[in-house]
Amino acid sequence: MPLLPESTQRIRAIAARYPHGQSALIPALYVAQGEQGSLSDETLAEIAGLLGMTPVDVKAVASFYTMFYRQPGGKFVFQVCGTLSCALCGAEELIRHMEEKLGIRAGQSTPDGRFKLEVVECLGACGSGPVMLLGDRYHHNLTPELVDSIIDELKTAPLPEGLPAPQVESAGKPER
Amino acid sequence: MANEIVFSQNHIPGIADIATYLDNGGYQSLDKGLGMTPDELIEIVKESGLRGRGGAGFPTGMKWSFVPKDTPKPRYLVCNADESEPGTFKDNELMLVNPHQIVEGMILACHAIGSQQGYIYIRGEFVEHIRAVSGAIEQAYEKGLLGENIRGTGVTVHLAVHPGAGAYICGEESALLNSLEGERGLPRLKPPFPAVSGLYGCPTIINNVETLANVPHIVNNGARWFRQWGTERSPGTKVVSVSGHVNNPGNFEVPLGTPMMQIINDLAGGVRKGHTLKAVIPGGSSVPMLAASECDIAFDYESIAAAGSMLGSAGLIVMDDSTCMVWAARNLLHFYRHESCGKCAPCREGTDWLYKTLARIEETGGSESDIDLLLDICDNMDGKCFCPLGEAAIAPVISSISKWRDEYLAHTAHGGCPMRREP
Ligand SMILES: Cc1cc2nc3c(=O)[nH]c(=O)nc-3n(C[C@H](O)[C@H](O)[C@H](O)COP(=O)(O)O)c2cc1C
Ligand code: SF4
Ligand code: FES
Repeated sequence: MPLLPESTQRIRAIAARYPHGQSALIPALYVAQGEQGSLSDETLAEIAGLLGMTPVDVKAVASFYTMFYRQPGGKFVFQVCGTLSCALCGAEELIRHMEEKLGIRAGQSTPDGRFKLEVVECLGACGSGPVMLLGDRYHHNLTPELVDSIIDELKTAPLPEGLPAPQVESAGKPER
Repeated sequence: MANEIVFSQNHIPGIADIATYLDNGGYQSLDKGLGMTPDELIEIVKESGLRGRGGAGFPTGMKWSFVPKDTPKPRYLVCNADESEPGTFKDNELMLVNPHQIVEGMILACHAIGSQQGYIYIRGEFVEHIRAVSGAIEQAYEKGLLGENIRGTGVTVHLAVHPGAGAYICGEESALLNSLEGERGLPRLKPPFPAVSGLYGCPTIINNVETLANVPHIVNNGARWFRQWGTERSPGTKVVSVSGHVNNPGNFEVPLGTPMMQIINDLAGGVRKGHTLKAVIPGGSSVPMLAASECDIAFDYESIAAAGSMLGSAGLIVMDDSTCMVWAARNLLHFYRHESCGKCAPCREGTDWLYKTLARIEETGGSESDIDLLLDICDNMDGKCFCPLGEAAIAPVISSISKWRDEYLAHTAHGGCPMRREP
């Protein structure tokens, strides 16, 4: 599926703000993933065209960073931190609890494609562990009860389109 | 509070909004700072003794002075807001609560190094922080505090936010530059250092968020004012991120030289009831662990170094007597194995073997020779990795074996972790 015209326009506008258009690659990948939920070969090739890169180079970058998904996954992705500070505060037990609650292992999506559970490395919020990132929001000081209520609420929530992504084009030097 | 600099405005409601920020003395430092010559500005920062807060503690004024003065190329400032060193969450709070302070610091730093374009590289998970800083930048443009000819001083500064996308190595400054250029985040060979050849091959200064947040205060109040805190070699204050087994984890800004136990007990509320302190990692996961008996030290660069560790990013991870040190080392090697960028073999292979060996000892006890194997792998990485990540990865292994060898032996004798809590 080609990107929506709004998305290609956004990517062009971001690229125009840098001395070299390729600098816009990470923001561009976010725009595409925000729209489509994951990054297909077709989409990467389209972005390569927009930024004057080869598809291979774009693929190499997209696969390097953990926040980019090459395959469609869950619509609600639980990214639970498993690194030391959170682990000292019970992250391992929490992850086991979530695996049971969702009926999947970490790294998997539920069969209906609604949820994905990921164990990630330090999220930079170690003072309020265990911590998880869900979409664009941090959840702090998690307990089994808290995640239960979050999961239960999302079971009936409307499915989001795409994946939430940071937006950067609002700030900075106006386009040239 | 009395001993705060970069957190001094955090209690003011709405400080993230420019109107409130201006009402509370915000952007005042530009009147003074942009009126100075770049050299004068660098000199003040040099005199203050401010050291980089990102990890290495390099003197900031000196770093700025390395930018060539006569280059025809554009110069760049990059603010490092990647904040991904386990145990560190200070830039998190600085960006969310008081983003204008960072913008103000970046404007001054740009003027000092003759740069008209700064980027702030924020880790991609920090969506809210990206929003907060972007919002501050936008407001600053609206008020004419960014852009061409700021407040009629003739100084031009543009700032933009750039997101990361989940890679610890992009906190390393040269990997960050590659990432900002739209490449994989692999470290670059140094020299040339970024101050000479950085972003797009142009002179570039990379500074941590907290470093830059100090600059407006130094310009407003002077170097001597800044030196009223801290020690001769560690002037000023430091935000210490305390996490782990304490009752009141959080960020605390303290004068450098404050006793470490005072930070743990008085500010962070001490270890949990019924437990005693066992170990700390004082400077984020990349520095050697200290045993409780080594913790009666002052929290400053030189005292922590004398104790055999490093102040690093001041991510103080506290572990009580319920902690298995083999488990802790394994957890951190899981991190380094995942985050190794794969560019050089000693780190790519070494972190994998360290993790696997630690996992074996923890799960099945392994054998006594595994302990020697671990040290041998560390030896094969020490000084042989392309960038400091590889060196960082061996710190938890070497320090835990040298201080808690008996725990490793208990694992081999017991056929696995004797402290393991069964699920
Ligand atoms: C593996 C690695 C990760 C790093 N991560 C960060 C980081 O997240 N934030 C940061 O400010 N500095 C980080 N640094 C240090 C930077 O390379 C650089 O020294 C620092 O940003 C310079 O700023 P300063 O002089 O103001 O401290 C990291 C270094 C290494 C080797
Ligand atoms: S030491 Fe590790 S992170 Fe650094 S370049 Fe080598 S593989 Fe990459
Ligand atoms: S260790 Fe979990 S957020 Fe840092």
